[in-house]
Amino acid sequence: MRRDPRVILMGEDVAGGMGAPGEQDAWGGPLGVTKGLMPEFGRERVLDTPISESAFIGAAVGAAATGLRPVADLMFIDFMGVCFDQILNQAAKLRYMFGGKATVPVVIRTMFGAGFRAASQHSQGLYPLFAHIPGLKVVIPSSPYEAKGLMTQAIRDDDPVIFCEHKAMYDDQEEVPDEPYAIPFGEANLTREGDDVTIVAIGRMVKFANEVADKLEKQGISCAVIDPRTISPLDDRTIIESVEETGRCVVVDEASPRCGMAADIAALVAQNAFEALKAPVKMVTPPHTPVPFSPALEDVYIPGPAQIEAAVRAVTERV
Amino acid sequence: MELNREQLLAAYHQMRTIREFEERVHREFTAGAIPGFVHLYAGEEACAVGVCMNLSDKDYIASTHRGHGHCIAKGCDVKAMMKEIFGRQGGLCAGKGGSMHIADMSKGMMGANGIVGGGPPLICGAALTAKTLKTGAVAVAFVGDGGFNQGTTLESMNLASVWKLPAIFVLEDNGYAESTASSWSISGEPVKRAAGFGIPGEQVDGHDFFAVYEAARRAILRTRAGEGPSFLHLKVNRYFGHFEGDATTYRAPGEVEKLRAERDCLLIFRKRVEQSGLLKPQQLDAIDQEVVALIDAAVAEAKAAPQPPAAELLTDVYASY
Repeated sequence: MRRDPRVILMGEDVAGGMGAPGEQDAWGGPLGVTKGLMPEFGRERVLDTPISESAFIGAAVGAAATGLRPVADLMFIDFMGVCFDQILNQAAKLRYMFGGKATVPVVIRTMFGAGFRAASQHSQGLYPLFAHIPGLKVVIPSSPYEAKGLMTQAIRDDDPVIFCEHKAMYDDQEEVPDEPYAIPFGEANLTREGDDVTIVAIGRMVKFANEVADKLEKQGISCAVIDPRTISPLDDRTIIESVEETGRCVVVDEASPRCGMAADIAALVAQNAFEALKAPVKMVTPPHTPVPFSPALEDVYIPGPAQIEAAVRAVTERV
Repeated sequence: MELNREQLLAAYHQMRTIREFEERVHREFTAGAIPGFVHLYAGEEACAVGVCMNLSDKDYIASTHRGHGHCIAKGCDVKAMMKEIFGRQGGLCAGKGGSMHIADMSKGMMGANGIVGGGPPLICGAALTAKTLKTGAVAVAFVGDGGFNQGTTLESMNLASVWKLPAIFVLEDNGYAESTASSWSISGEPVKRAAGFGIPGEQVDGHDFFAVYEAARRAILRTRAGEGPSFLHLKVNRYFGHFEGDATTYRAPGEVEKLRAERDCLLIFRKRVEQSGLLKPQQLDAIDQEVVALIDAAVAEAKAAPQPPAAELLTDVYASY
């Protein structure tokens, strides 16, 4: 935002307090992620919106098509339903339908994921629906370092980007450079090398996969862990090359299993690395249910290290 | 109303171009020459031209599925439009969009839209760009009486008001949303609905170019001056069906014939300018002939234009992937 005056931010309570008598910048987003931006950039560049996603997500698309570089906040990915047309039929398609004569450099950032006991309408991981749509790019950072680099790239990218932030990871900490840096899209991160099995993990699952890899290494099972970073474009080359070395693949994703990313990646591996496979590709996902409220049930819903470890053992103990 | 002779000739030229374009597309579609769906604007010409004559290339419009008239009125190339409708190389959208997505961003024409109500949010965005970058531009959302009930339109009117955007909402009420009457489907009065959002507006006879031009001028001046969004309710009629192929049995017998005889915007315009001596019949006749020749040439060129090469199926999905 400092670098380019065309970058603006809009969304519900991204500052907060608009029109109200008390504190301005009252929220900075529901979890405070954008606090401090309005005091620095003013209300002309940090815009609170009424609760009308169809209008303001569509406005972000229209603004992007006419010369701004907006970042629009779709507060919860679960709300995609109320503005899906603007993303599916407008943002994703203007360039193609207009014969290449439109550019839509919009970033839609949105919170996803379970673990907050927020129940079924505030906990989903619906990003596969976006990855399914030609014309969109879909980014899922797995750590603070990744988040900064990928968001920088998203804002600089000339295509519509859906930037998915796991709501349970905002308090994660690691060393992050002060200076700007951009992580390219379509380049998976091999977070650790390994010989026995390739684990592909998405978002919060990357952390869990690495925990499992740490544990199993001591037991003589060596896991490669790949973070795709972007599910569209998807760096399937890195995944396939790894599976060609290890011969085994486990895909871990928090999104619902039917038509999800785990199934998508599994199919790509099965099609392109069949000869190398020593075992079927194993998918680790939640069950085909909405996200339950009760903490005891939600904790069963979310794939965790135990399920990942079981999947790795299943493919490595196969003769 | 101080339109000079040149402007009057230009207005007539544009309206006649839209009329001939649509009548010809109707014939070509009936003959089986045009793929897909087309939704024709014949009868409504005074609306598009009356509004767009108040705009320049830097202003934006977004249209509906019935977009040929707005496209022509916003200055888009007629021959490229025809090629686009035929799906050929050299089409305004390289044959990738077709009639329902016909667009030219360089003219501020943000597209016909296959989604009812798809335009208004985009126009809020264009207006936001104009306001943020201080370009002085305005953005006009054309909606039909069907789209006027779509949630996106209502949300956009609210958002444009709350953000005080240089956006204008133009309701082209042609009496039918597909096959149902607007008198049934719109609850309340449109001008009052807009007023409910704090948006001032007026109802205008959409067959009268001069009335549309003047009301649009008032609305656009006010909005361009930073006073917030404005609204126009243009009451008009379409001559053809919702889509080409629509048997229009929901219309009364003789309804269209009567409209063509008594409420035709081109005839009304001619009568007014000829009676007042502003223009001579010969000038208008010359335009009629010129336009017929233009449309003939456009169709001939479209039919002769090559199909887009197969490789273009894969192009322009992304800027980079």
